[in-house]
Amino acid sequence: MDSAVRFRNVCLRYGKVVALDGIDLEIRSGEFFGILGPSGSGKTSCLRLIAGFDRPSDGTIELHGRSAAAVPPYDRDVNTVFQDYALFPHMTIEQNVAFGLMVKGVNRRERRSRAGEMLEMVRLEGLGERRPSQLSGGQRQRVALARALVNRPSVLLLDEPLGALDLKLRQQMQVELRSLQRTLGITFIFVTHDQGEALSMSDRLAVFNRGRVEQTGTPREIYEQPSTRFSAEFVGDSNIVERRDPDTRSQEQGVFSLRPEKVHLSTREPVADAHSISVTGEVADVQFHGASVRYVVSVSDGRSMTAVAGNLGSRAELPAVEPGARVWLSWNSDDLHRLRESESR
Amino acid sequence: MATAMQLPAKQQLGRRVSTALLLRPRLLLALLLVPPLLWLGVIYLGSMFALLIQSFFSIDEFTGMIQRTLTLRTYTELLRPAHLDIILRTAAMAAAVTLASSVIAFPIAYFMARYATGRAKTVFYLAVMLPLWSSYLVRVYAWKLILAKEGIVTWLTAELGLGSWLDALLSIPIIGGTALSVSYIGTFTVFVYIWLPFMILPIQAALERVPQSIIEASADLGAPPHRTFRNVILPLAFPGVIAGSIFTFSLTLGDYIIPQIIGSSRLFLGQVVYIQQGTAGNIPLAAAFCVVPIAVMSIYLSAAKRLGAFDAL
Repeated sequence: MDSAVRFRNVCLRYGKVVALDGIDLEIRSGEFFGILGPSGSGKTSCLRLIAGFDRPSDGTIELHGRSAAAVPPYDRDVNTVFQDYALFPHMTIEQNVAFGLMVKGVNRRERRSRAGEMLEMVRLEGLGERRPSQLSGGQRQRVALARALVNRPSVLLLDEPLGALDLKLRQQMQVELRSLQRTLGITFIFVTHDQGEALSMSDRLAVFNRGRVEQTGTPREIYEQPSTRFSAEFVGDSNIVERRDPDTRSQEQGVFSLRPEKVHLSTREPVADAHSISVTGEVADVQFHGASVRYVVSVSDGRSMTAVAGNLGSRAELPAVEPGARVWLSWNSDDLHRLRESESR
Repeated sequence: MATAMQLPAKQQLGRRVSTALLLRPRLLLALLLVPPLLWLGVIYLGSMFALLIQSFFSIDEFTGMIQRTLTLRTYTELLRPAHLDIILRTAAMAAAVTLASSVIAFPIAYFMARYATGRAKTVFYLAVMLPLWSSYLVRVYAWKLILAKEGIVTWLTAELGLGSWLDALLSIPIIGGTALSVSYIGTFTVFVYIWLPFMILPIQAALERVPQSIIEASADLGAPPHRTFRNVILPLAFPGVIAGSIFTFSLTLGDYIIPQIIGSSRLFLGQVVYIQQGTAGNIPLAAAFCVVPIAVMSIYLSAAKRLGAFDAL
């Protein structure tokens, strides 16, 4: 697969502020690529560089194998769905959608028909004559999508497009965006701070932190094998287990991530076996989440660990414990995942 | 209630009034709105209607007394060719001043809204507002000196070897004259100078409200800068241009000082109102002349609305 976007050691500085600090990234053609990170981690800066609104202070960006350094935004085969949608308030919905075609000199008849098709695709047919101010947030989001896709770009950038929508609408749009991407075969680059969204939608994703890429990989790789402490804690929940006993062998020492759902909680001391590790502690909190229950357990030296048990109904009993109860936590040593110590800066 | 009883009597009264008003929002609204509405209705609009009604009276040509019977006679007088000339001259000047102001104001407003930050912005604001803090009359008289035959403009053009250009400019019929200070060019220059801040500020405010992302979206969708300007920035700034032009246009229509100090002796609307009301004592005709700017502005605004000037609002 050829690459749609490639960053080589890209830095972006605004005065003394470093927004991006040596980004190396390859986004393949036709994939749904997620960029995940907390606010201020450089996700949006990354999109702005791809769109051409900003220029890198250092490093190079290639679009489809060609340097984008001298290509202005209006000549890039890239379109953006903005976080605030950025619809033109003085135009009708149809004019908004047809804008890209109009500036390219497409004739009025074709403009109308293609804008119509796009509005149909995002299921807004019949609203072409309205103004953006007359639409709901979800509808505006669809208009922004239609407006960006009407140009048939090779890369579509989405900057937290679902951030302003309520949960139900958001879940619905996640499914729609995903199926749209599969149908169109366009490279989607999707920025979000919502780890659930990033995991469920992306083919591959990059975890950003403080202007650097912490890790890239498929959602499963990132979840199962987080490479840094940041990845482990930002993507899903993690128990961070440090083993520094001088008695154990050196390969068993270090910092490990352990997912809470892989921790088994029991009210009796488990039978010891070669692969399992167990500790005992006191239940500090029990949180009922519907599909699962989360137990926070205070273990030795003031640290706490989390265990999650699925609410499996008749298939398995949920441990019924109250805060204060004495419990045992056990896990398989194969589920410990060694973390690279985050580079300190 | 027990705690309320312990409060000092004065404070208690204030509380009771507050509570009473809180429970009667309409009363509160009426109390807040009546004084400004009285001002607006009686003093602001009332006096104007009192003036306008005079335009439907007429003047007895022998006695010079005002006849208080409703008639359109004054308006037929208003439409005499000599008067129409004055109206057209003033409207043309107002249009030219408005056009020139908007062309000069736009880049300044654009820079202020989109590029200037912090200190530079403050400096720009001050530079635009500063002239408004000094006397209008002083500035107009200063311009008379600047534009006079012996003034700095004549001297400077001569020094730069551009004297013949100035002469050529002044020899243009109608708008030229013996010196800038006695030509329509001079009147026009001073009008543009005096009203420019009233054009810059509304355009700047309109541009300030255009989010950066909309401009980026336009480029993103394939519009080169000149298309973004024409299809996005200009339409969104248009309400500001119209707001500014309401000022420049109506202020030019009504001004009687600038054309009196700088320009040829041919009259403008404001001067006629001044003369008819003061020297000639023909208040009905003066009132009729006052209706003209109101009519012109109504036509202008409805035309602007047709052109879609307020679509972005």
